[in-house]
Amino acid sequence: MKKILLPALLLSFFLSCTSSENNTGNGEASDKQLILKVDGSSTVYPITEAVAEDYRAANPQLQVTIGISGTGGGMKKFTVGEIDICNASRPIKKSENDICIEKNIKYIELPIAYDGLAVTVNPKNNWVDYLTVAELKTIWEAAAQGKIMNWSQIRKGWPDKPIKLFGPGTDSGTFDYFTEAVIGKQGDSRGDYTASEDDNVLVQGVSSDDGSLGYFGLAYYEENASKLKLVPIDDGNESNGAGPIAPSLETVQNGTYAPLSRVLLIYANSAAEGKKEVKDFLHFYIENAPTLVKEVGFIPLQSNIYATVAQRLENDVTGSIYTDGHEVGTNLEDLLKTAKSDTAE
Amino acid sequence: MSPFERHSLEQRVKDLVFQAVAIIGLLFAVSILVLLLVNVFKDGFSRLDWSFITSYPSRKAENAGIIPGLAGTLLLVLLTAIISIPIGIGAAIYLEEYGRKNWLGRLVEINIANLAGVPSIVYGLLGLGLFVRWMQLDRSLLAGALTMGLLVMPVIIISTREAIKAVPSGIREASWAVGATKWQTIWHHLLPIAFPSILTGIILAISRAIGETAPLITIGALTYVTFLPDSVQSPFTVLPIQIFNWVSRPQEAFHENAAAGIIVLLLFTLFLNSMAIILRNRFSK
Repeated sequence: MKKILLPALLLSFFLSCTSSENNTGNGEASDKQLILKVDGSSTVYPITEAVAEDYRAANPQLQVTIGISGTGGGMKKFTVGEIDICNASRPIKKSENDICIEKNIKYIELPIAYDGLAVTVNPKNNWVDYLTVAELKTIWEAAAQGKIMNWSQIRKGWPDKPIKLFGPGTDSGTFDYFTEAVIGKQGDSRGDYTASEDDNVLVQGVSSDDGSLGYFGLAYYEENASKLKLVPIDDGNESNGAGPIAPSLETVQNGTYAPLSRVLLIYANSAAEGKKEVKDFLHFYIENAPTLVKEVGFIPLQSNIYATVAQRLENDVTGSIYTDGHEVGTNLEDLLKTAKSDTAE
Repeated sequence: MSPFERHSLEQRVKDLVFQAVAIIGLLFAVSILVLLLVNVFKDGFSRLDWSFITSYPSRKAENAGIIPGLAGTLLLVLLTAIISIPIGIGAAIYLEEYGRKNWLGRLVEINIANLAGVPSIVYGLLGLGLFVRWMQLDRSLLAGALTMGLLVMPVIIISTREAIKAVPSGIREASWAVGATKWQTIWHHLLPIAFPSILTGIILAISRAIGETAPLITIGALTYVTFLPDSVQSPFTVLPIQIFNWVSRPQEAFHENAAAGIIVLLLFTLFLNSMAIILRNRFSK
């Protein structure tokens, strides 16, 4: 009995497996829907997810898929044409732009939201009232590795207490942006800090040690405001708001929370954008960004800037507004203006 | 008369100490597991309902569901099993029964044991280069299943070999003595006897495939998909990726979703394992 049962069972197991494989295989020829492939930043992901969700309700004919491989990872796929849209938490790099030119990939750059990077310390920390950009640089630059280990080394009068640092990992656009804005050179950060791609881990780290300091997206501060202390930042530029300024909707939007306000963008491949469905989706994106951006915890652009962005999309303006080194900051209005006159020629 | 009375007092004390250490070890492992389960159930149980299972992801935590991830995980595990089990068992039978035990055989043996310890991300990179780019399977379910198949195959091969090795040689010899061929011996005697242990290896392998995320992210599995895979070439997501995404969101409500997703994943693994255990008990009689 046992001898018959085993082969029979094995056989039926494999038969059922292969037949179900056939079933899954049958569908491939029929109803090939248009798939819009989006990938890139995990920061921008919730915004694009919200847009895709609402768009799907009205337009089920376009299937939107979104992956998360970081801004850098997404750009790698975008610049070789593997995906249609790249979510980016920083502007496209010159090196990435060069690959696009080489591979003959044209793209449309669409700013969609602002985000502030919050610098936070533990609530029990009673000595830090604000930090200057120079002090942040002292803490985070590569030269500080193994040397700046104590709060007393940062400003006179601060206690002789070890400083514990928390920040995002090197694959993240947030890391790229912070190092560019504070240290002046992208990626030039010390390595001896606790790095995590998951901002909740950073929040937990900062909130559990009273000598800690960390930076991450503003949304993570707002959800955990009771466990953290927000540090105002002084960029030493009087024309840009005097003294230390804490991030908020206003200060990020008007650019006075400098240099740690940033623009979140999406990059659309022109070839994909040429399709009616995709263009439709992008218009829907810009139209609904003001409400959806806010809903998922980011800061919307000013309405006149959304109008300019929609205009750019309508006119199929390709290329980046950031090519001449304006990598940091949120003066979108000026950037968009100069970019417009460039393409008009 | 108890057999222990023959031992000295010192030996009995040693015995007791060892027993205590073993019990503490067990309690430690179990209590951590219980703590983890209690934590997850506390956070996630209230979110668990039918609409959570059947909904697509959403920006509103209370509307979000796991259906694309669940379907992706199911199909991926099924495909992985189809790919890795026959090849894995076949390889093990060859190595154990047919292959010569020379230096080449030992080299293969060492390499397979090594492969079982390679970090999963390395398999992801291999899958990206080999299946996604070179074979142009794109970021499909099939590419994911092939990568996972490679990942779990060493476990299947090693456990199957051990299972076959454990069959008493008297059974082989008796089978040959009545004139059975090598294949008949393997099919009618070795495999049925070894089957329960082979199944244990398969459970371990498949459970690993269910929980892995890193290689799938590397080969480009997605996070947001609003359709179910309709072919082996479909783009897909899996439950662990969805859970990871929710865990890393700032809002507390998404963390509850993640906990609920973990419960579903646990139940799914438990279901597969209990199936295997039922099968094993049937055959080990």
